[in-house]
Amino acid sequence: MEQRYVSIWFRHLLTDWKAIRTPALAGTAFVFTTKDRGRNMVSHASAAAQSAGIAPGMLLTDARARVNGLQDFELPENQETHILRKIANWCLRFTPAVALDAPDGLLMNVTGCAHLWGGEAAYLADLMEKLTAFGYILNAGMAPAPGSAWAIARFGTAGQIIPNGDQLKALSGLPPAALRLQQHTVNRLYQLGLERIEDFIKMPRPMLRRRFGPLLLTRIDQALGYGEEPLTYIQPPVPYNERLPCLEPIMTATGVTIALERLLEHLCARLQAEGQGLRKATLLGYRIDGKTVSIQITSNHASSHAAHLLHLFSIRIPQLEPGPGIETFVLQAERVQPVASTQEGIWRSNGGLQDVAIAEMLDRVSAKLGPSVIRRYMPQAQHWPEQSFRVTDSLTDNPSIPWPEKLRPVSLLAKPQPITVTAPIPDYPPMLFIMNGKIHTIKNADGPERIERAWWTDAGEHRDYYIVEDQEGRRFWIFRLGHYDPEKPAGWFVHGYFP
Amino acid sequence: MGPAKHDIIQDLRREILRLQGLKAATTEIPEDFGLGAISHVFPQGVFPTGVIHELTTAESPMSATSGFACYLLSHLMRRGTVSAWVSTHRTLFPPALAGYGIEPDRILFIDAASGRDALWAMEEALRCYQLAAVVGEVRDLDFTASRRLQLAVEKSKVTGLVLRPHGSPLVQNSCVSRWHISSLPSTPTAGLPGVGHARWKVELLKMRGGKTGMWEMEWSPETLHILPPAQTPATAAEWRKIG
Repeated sequence: MEQRYVSIWFRHLLTDWKAIRTPALAGTAFVFTTKDRGRNMVSHASAAAQSAGIAPGMLLTDARARVNGLQDFELPENQETHILRKIANWCLRFTPAVALDAPDGLLMNVTGCAHLWGGEAAYLADLMEKLTAFGYILNAGMAPAPGSAWAIARFGTAGQIIPNGDQLKALSGLPPAALRLQQHTVNRLYQLGLERIEDFIKMPRPMLRRRFGPLLLTRIDQALGYGEEPLTYIQPPVPYNERLPCLEPIMTATGVTIALERLLEHLCARLQAEGQGLRKATLLGYRIDGKTVSIQITSNHASSHAAHLLHLFSIRIPQLEPGPGIETFVLQAERVQPVASTQEGIWRSNGGLQDVAIAEMLDRVSAKLGPSVIRRYMPQAQHWPEQSFRVTDSLTDNPSIPWPEKLRPVSLLAKPQPITVTAPIPDYPPMLFIMNGKIHTIKNADGPERIERAWWTDAGEHRDYYIVEDQEGRRFWIFRLGHYDPEKPAGWFVHGYFP
Repeated sequence: MGPAKHDIIQDLRREILRLQGLKAATTEIPEDFGLGAISHVFPQGVFPTGVIHELTTAESPMSATSGFACYLLSHLMRRGTVSAWVSTHRTLFPPALAGYGIEPDRILFIDAASGRDALWAMEEALRCYQLAAVVGEVRDLDFTASRRLQLAVEKSKVTGLVLRPHGSPLVQNSCVSRWHISSLPSTPTAGLPGVGHARWKVELLKMRGGKTGMWEMEWSPETLHILPPAQTPATAAEWRKIG
């Protein structure tokens, strides 16, 4: 597939940023300074200051001599990267693949994005118009390779677009600096009278390498799109994502639902064609005030069922704050899994836990009440009642050991409740016990059943359990903690209830 | 009464039951739930499935009711598969289900934070036709809420068991039945010391299209044994019908 790249060049990135922050500075001459061996050097000058003859690298005192009332600011560390990163995040509404191009630009892979805006010219114009509206002076160019896009953004005409295959023609008239060369290489080319790219691009390559080093050849290849140029994108690309730019900012839940329907329809069609199902997805909304809002869903099984996924999202839609309006929606499937084949589904049609209907019901419940409300238990090889089972969050898990056969109380207190008992003789069930002020006379009793702790991890006393029945026919599971000791009163507890 | 007339009455009865939300007895062999001895009180002599049963109690905690519900659940899950257990303050001890022949890993526990959420989750689960049954521990169930549950099961044919803890306001609702379960002292097995099998007093206070009744039942891990009525002297007052 032919790749398309956009390069954005901010002519006065830092000073524009400062002027946006402090509107009083707009159009005035001001500079950023850095310390260099104790002297204050101009590092960046605003457009007005530059037209007055102030250039980066000048001493602050010299600059002050040129412009009366020149304002100067200290440059915070890494400020440029910080600003670029913020702009890059904003640019994610145009394409998922945005890379920083320090010190003053961005490179974006826009392959397959422009048609959503109705063509490359409209795409680029919209991008430039929106960024200009923020107050940045910039130029952007679109080309089949990052190198050629970089070149025309800086040395080409405003909003220039190079169609595929036209790189050589478009670059011919540009100066050598458009190839991102080191300064001394550019100087040498000028000394030799090679002032345009066309002057040397056709020269024999071994000669160019010998005279100017291998970098020149690499840069020429990159600009023409022959050589690979890997970009480091600010967010890893999500393979399954769909975007939907809106003509008008969306502010209502109905609008969001319609947008979601269209996004899901496309995404699910693609997932189905590839035999994949979605486990986790995020809907991102890019608002016109530059903020990004998002809602996320997770699914218990790989699903490409658009109506079901829409239902899961619709529970969350009220949490999406449209603010002044959302202009672009992006639907990302962060986690996808291959869908179990339908054949398998037919064999298990009497419904196991793998059944789609059950998984979708659980999705709806966890979407509304939170994923932690659904629990499934597996047996655990422990005798201690509280540890005899474990929670699993998987629907496909199967018990590795059988469930214990012992008679166990149908309800178990989370914390055993202490009781006062009257026990006749050691190791014998009590005759009566008092719980919550009520006397229970024990008519029948079974036991004891001694349950030891897992002594290698848990130091403590064992429990002697009795099943007892009181005068009303209520059946309890009570235990005595530890051995009988005439010196101290034994600790007795109610732990559970039998039916 | 001639045979033709008898058939007409049978047809009309079936029609009325259908209108009342009870599934007509299907052609497949109905499960008798081990309640064969008392099946004459059920409409058409079959324990109704695909409806909402309400199980009440005057005991706290409601272990006897849970026990009876587990017994019904084990029968409901014989044919099917998976069930859901919805509650807010669950005390059910999952390994205990194994004693009823239910593998605890086939139960999906939904522990909602509030009664409202629990009702919502129960309705959502009842709509899922692939579940065998849904048990819900619900304190507040007004007429509208019960009607919603009933509408859900009419479509999905899932059986719902609503367990009402002690102190729940028992107002008129649209559940098909209302059972009241209390513990009874057990009789030790002849000659053996210790606690005998669990014994419950099961009162059927309401059964739409059927009759009411009161029985003593003894549950042992294999079966539910309905004790002969000679041992259960019932007064006329206890046989009253609610709703």
